[in-house]
Amino acid sequence: MTDLSHAFAAAADTPLLQVKNLTKRYGARMGCADISFDVYQGEVLGIVGESGSGKSTLLSCLAGHMRPDQGEVFFQTAQGARDTVQMGEAERRRLARTDWAYVHQNPRDGLRMGVSAGGNVGERLMAIGARHYGDIRASAIDWLGRVEIDAGRIDERPSAFSGGMQQRLQIARNLVTAPRLVFMDEPTGGLDVSVQARLLDLLRGLVREMGLSAIIVTHDLAVVRLLADRLMVMKDGHVVERGLTDQVLDDPQHEYTQLLVSSVLQV
Amino acid sequence: MTDQAYNFAYLDEDTKRMIRRAILKGVAIPGYQVPFASREMPMPYGWGTGGVQVTAACLTPDDVLKVIDQGADDTTNAVSIRKFFVATAGIAVTEATDKATIIQTRHRIPEAALTAGQIMVYQVPIPEPLRFLEPREVETRKMHELEEYGLMHVKLYEDIAKHGQIATSYAYPVRVEGRYVMDPSPIPKFDNPKLSGNAALQLFGAGREQRIYAIPPFTHVVSLDFDDHPFSPSKANHSCDLCASDTSYLDEVITDDQGGRMFVCSDTDYCATRRAAGHIGALGGQTITEKAAE
Ligand SMILES: Nc1ncnc2c1ncn2[C@@H]1O[C@H](COP(=O)(O)OP(=O)(O)OP(=O)(O)O)[C@@H](O)[C@H]1O
Ligand SMILES: [Mg+2]
Repeated sequence: MTDLSHAFAAAADTPLLQVKNLTKRYGARMGCADISFDVYQGEVLGIVGESGSGKSTLLSCLAGHMRPDQGEVFFQTAQGARDTVQMGEAERRRLARTDWAYVHQNPRDGLRMGVSAGGNVGERLMAIGARHYGDIRASAIDWLGRVEIDAGRIDERPSAFSGGMQQRLQIARNLVTAPRLVFMDEPTGGLDVSVQARLLDLLRGLVREMGLSAIIVTHDLAVVRLLADRLMVMKDGHVVERGLTDQVLDDPQHEYTQLLVSSVLQV
Repeated sequence: MTDQAYNFAYLDEDTKRMIRRAILKGVAIPGYQVPFASREMPMPYGWGTGGVQVTAACLTPDDVLKVIDQGADDTTNAVSIRKFFVATAGIAVTEATDKATIIQTRHRIPEAALTAGQIMVYQVPIPEPLRFLEPREVETRKMHELEEYGLMHVKLYEDIAKHGQIATSYAYPVRVEGRYVMDPSPIPKFDNPKLSGNAALQLFGAGREQRIYAIPPFTHVVSLDFDDHPFSPSKANHSCDLCASDTSYLDEVITDDQGGRMFVCSDTDYCATRRAAGHIGALGGQTITEKAAE
């Protein structure tokens, strides 16, 4: 076996992300408790649960926005699996702008509102060293097209865009460097139902086309039904059920999941 | 003839020592913004209190001071600062670049090459080059620490997207010795190349923002740009109407209300020195006042 094929074989059965016993408290209140799971290359993991169940806390700890009290988060890098909780901030921030992407629920948190759409999409390219204006602009135009924003609006600021457009712009800005792992916190939250549907379609297309690995937090079961390969259900900071998405949604075992699923079916 | 009410150069010795420590740290880490406890000076912030404090901390009784404002030695700001140091330090002053040991400046670097042993002191209004796109101080410090400078190019990208070229013509950002990105103070980008490899020590003082930074002699300073939009230190496509220099930075001056105008060196000392040496521009070597008097 050559070195290359060996590395390839290792990549195939080593998780991209390995989370072990992750716990985060806010003083006496529990954020998320003793959470462990793996995410493999090309896989989309959905995390669902009611408001306050610890979804955003967990995601923030994974993306390095918040430091967990306990636990390990191993990310597969070129140098092998590295615990992102223990690594220095410089290295973690480098991963954040090269290998990871983070889509915020509120596009205002993920966009630079004072910078044109093109500048927003180009920022990550420039952050990793792109220095050819023409190439950066061409990538921006390409990505605006991929998220269905008219290229003619490339020089407008996001404040001139609708909520749905802003969210699509945020997605383009995040995916332009082909990150290896995408974190999304309620990417369709706060949008009208029809706008949500269009965004979901678009996300599904991108996930398939790019073979994205992603962790999507949502309280909307329709989102995970459409996007997630596997599902984790959270309640009071704990994971109460996990499995293949269809399995969990069609045959929920935990009574809380049953409640969650049935309340959706009633809508 | 020092005014008895003040310590030499106005500031007390403890304050000067504190400022010198900040300067030394700045010299040790070229381009890094060193925080310092800026003092109230008997003049408004817009008058360059940061530069004045740096000058005060550097001055010795033997120094010869030159003060430039917009390239000229005779504007109100330059005259006041010069008077201030004559009154408080009793030092000698000059308008000649080559005679000065310390040159405090706003807006320009002299045309004449600076020499070893000279100190340039720049007045800086906003020292943080990332401030434009990232208002959070904690975040910009982090970006400097981790060399996350992509945002500087976002600013240049926006310029080109809006104007078809990099329209930033003053305070054009630079990278110092391959490390810190720095705001060179509001000098025209025409002056940027002089920042690099300069024999003089260059010190930058921001009073309101309480920052000091430095470019030690012979430091490599590069103006940021794109491969397909390279930095270019542009100037008016003209020669000086007074001294005929075609390499100096020119100001366009309106000479009458019939649309008359002329181009003259912004560096008044440089222009006068050339005229004294016999160089005559298109308008016959008349000064603006002479022309206006006709
Ligand atoms: N900054 C904070 N300080 C204190 N407690 C917090 C903080 N952020 C979250 N919590 C608490 O931690 C628990 C988990 O919150 P988290 O925001 O992770 O939930 P969530 O599942 O994302 O909820 P939602 O669906 O409403 O976004 C909740 O009890 C919440 O009140
Ligand atoms: Mg949340």
